[in-house]
Amino acid sequence: MNRPQQGGLAGGTGLFNTRQQTRKRMGSAFAVLCFLATAVGIVFLAVLLIDIVRDGAGRLSSAFLSGMPSRFPARAGIKPALVGSLWTLGITALVSFPLGVGTAIWLEEYAPNNRFTRLIQTNIANLAGVPSIVYGILGLAVFVRLFAFGECVLAGALTLALLILPVIIISSQEAIRAVPNSIRLGAYALGATRWETIRDQVLPLALPGVLTGTILALSRAVGEAAPLIMIGALAFVPFVPKTPLDEFTVIPIQIFDWINRPQAGFHEVAAAASIVLLIALLTLNGTAILLRNRFSRKR
Amino acid sequence: MPSIMQPPGEIELEAKELSVYYGSSHAVKGVSIGIPDRKVVAFIGPSGCGKSTLLRCFNRMNDLIPGARIEGQALFQGDDLYAPGVDAVEVRRRIGMVFQKPNPFPKSIYDNVAFGPRINGYRGKMDELVERSLRHAALWEEVKDRLDSSALALSGGQQQRLCIARALAVEPEVLLMDEPASALDPIATQKIEDLIYELKQNYTVVIVTHNMQQAARVSDYTAFLYMGDLIEYGPTQQLFTNPREEQTEAYITGRFG
Repeated sequence: MNRPQQGGLAGGTGLFNTRQQTRKRMGSAFAVLCFLATAVGIVFLAVLLIDIVRDGAGRLSSAFLSGMPSRFPARAGIKPALVGSLWTLGITALVSFPLGVGTAIWLEEYAPNNRFTRLIQTNIANLAGVPSIVYGILGLAVFVRLFAFGECVLAGALTLALLILPVIIISSQEAIRAVPNSIRLGAYALGATRWETIRDQVLPLALPGVLTGTILALSRAVGEAAPLIMIGALAFVPFVPKTPLDEFTVIPIQIFDWINRPQAGFHEVAAAASIVLLIALLTLNGTAILLRNRFSRKR
Repeated sequence: MPSIMQPPGEIELEAKELSVYYGSSHAVKGVSIGIPDRKVVAFIGPSGCGKSTLLRCFNRMNDLIPGARIEGQALFQGDDLYAPGVDAVEVRRRIGMVFQKPNPFPKSIYDNVAFGPRINGYRGKMDELVERSLRHAALWEEVKDRLDSSALALSGGQQQRLCIARALAVEPEVLLMDEPASALDPIATQKIEDLIYELKQNYTVVIVTHNMQQAARVSDYTAFLYMGDLIEYGPTQQLFTNPREEQTEAYITGRFG
């Protein structure tokens, strides 16, 4: 360790003070700080989970999942909100995924690097930061009023699709940009067209990253209440939406409604609904990870 | 006056007063050179002399670099590669390329070789073509039992031979190699060099290299470029033992570069 310096520049100039101890301690301290940062998040998540499970686990049952809302907490069920959330999620995914990935491909692979492209790029980044309630106002004006869809699942899903589009675009762009250029050149050198290069080489490599970004964005959409309240999703829906043009509610709005009621029983119902929402999110993310691993393993 | 050989035999590739600009920088300055059919020609010169840029003109890979501009002519079997109506995609199928760093696709060994033939509508038996290409690239014996495993699991030298097999699979007439062995160890390098020697039976090979011993070992003719100019071009033996230009001599004896 503290061997005297030898050899090298004529026995060493002796001008180095290597401070081994200090440097190692700094390294350990940094690791501890990073661990603490992780721990903060985990602790809060655990507290939240324990809290809602303690409040709501007793209310979870098949009757709760298949029941309609009610004035009486003991009879209240979540079926309309659950089905509403699934409808919304499905349509949002169908709309936002192709639009988002298509935009990302165009921006990364086709668009010339000029002022117009940079303008679009900057605006997409800005749109990712616009509060969701503003998207709600837009959805109300465009989908509900202008297109006259009414206060329905379709209007809500399209609004959420717009909301998460910037996030999908940006994360897909990152994934596409991470594909080494040598892969593109290799394909071109074999006589591949740009479309073949993108289809057969770039997209398969980018897909895991694209899927991760999309799923994270969809998870956010599932948890949104504000923009849907804005476009007129109802708080009390005693029926299950059957088509995209039906009126609807979603789990976060249902939770919000229940929590606002004075009866203590509804707070338990709200906690139970939160558990359902969390399980839905977990399933969604789990599916995404499975999908991603399958695509990654094929290589 | 630089001494530029007029090579004997049929000319496969030719540059006439070819200049390449990247934005405002003049990377290749009015180079004229003829590359004979089924010979190996080496481009040597210090970094930034324009040898890779000149090479990429012959399969229009410079098209992919934003801001690259070309003047003069690049001919393949007498036809202008940059004439209107010439499809760069078809040019690249007939004039293949191997890059400095092995760049196999992150797919199976088989799919790496089969990708080019598939997109180019190959109608023969794919398995046979894949085997033939891998044999030509002297890789078949090493990979024949694991064609389905990932190309990324191969060593660097094997990956580079896979890239050569992949290039051969679309049945090109010319193979352009941009420092194909510079990222490889000496044993892998020797395999690539042996392979180049084999390849000239059927293909015209143009190789860019930093390594003068390599140029001397594998090539029939050598071109020395310096700062975008073609300084000297002649039979390899003569250029290395009896260079006519002072700059060539200075470079090959290691006085600069």
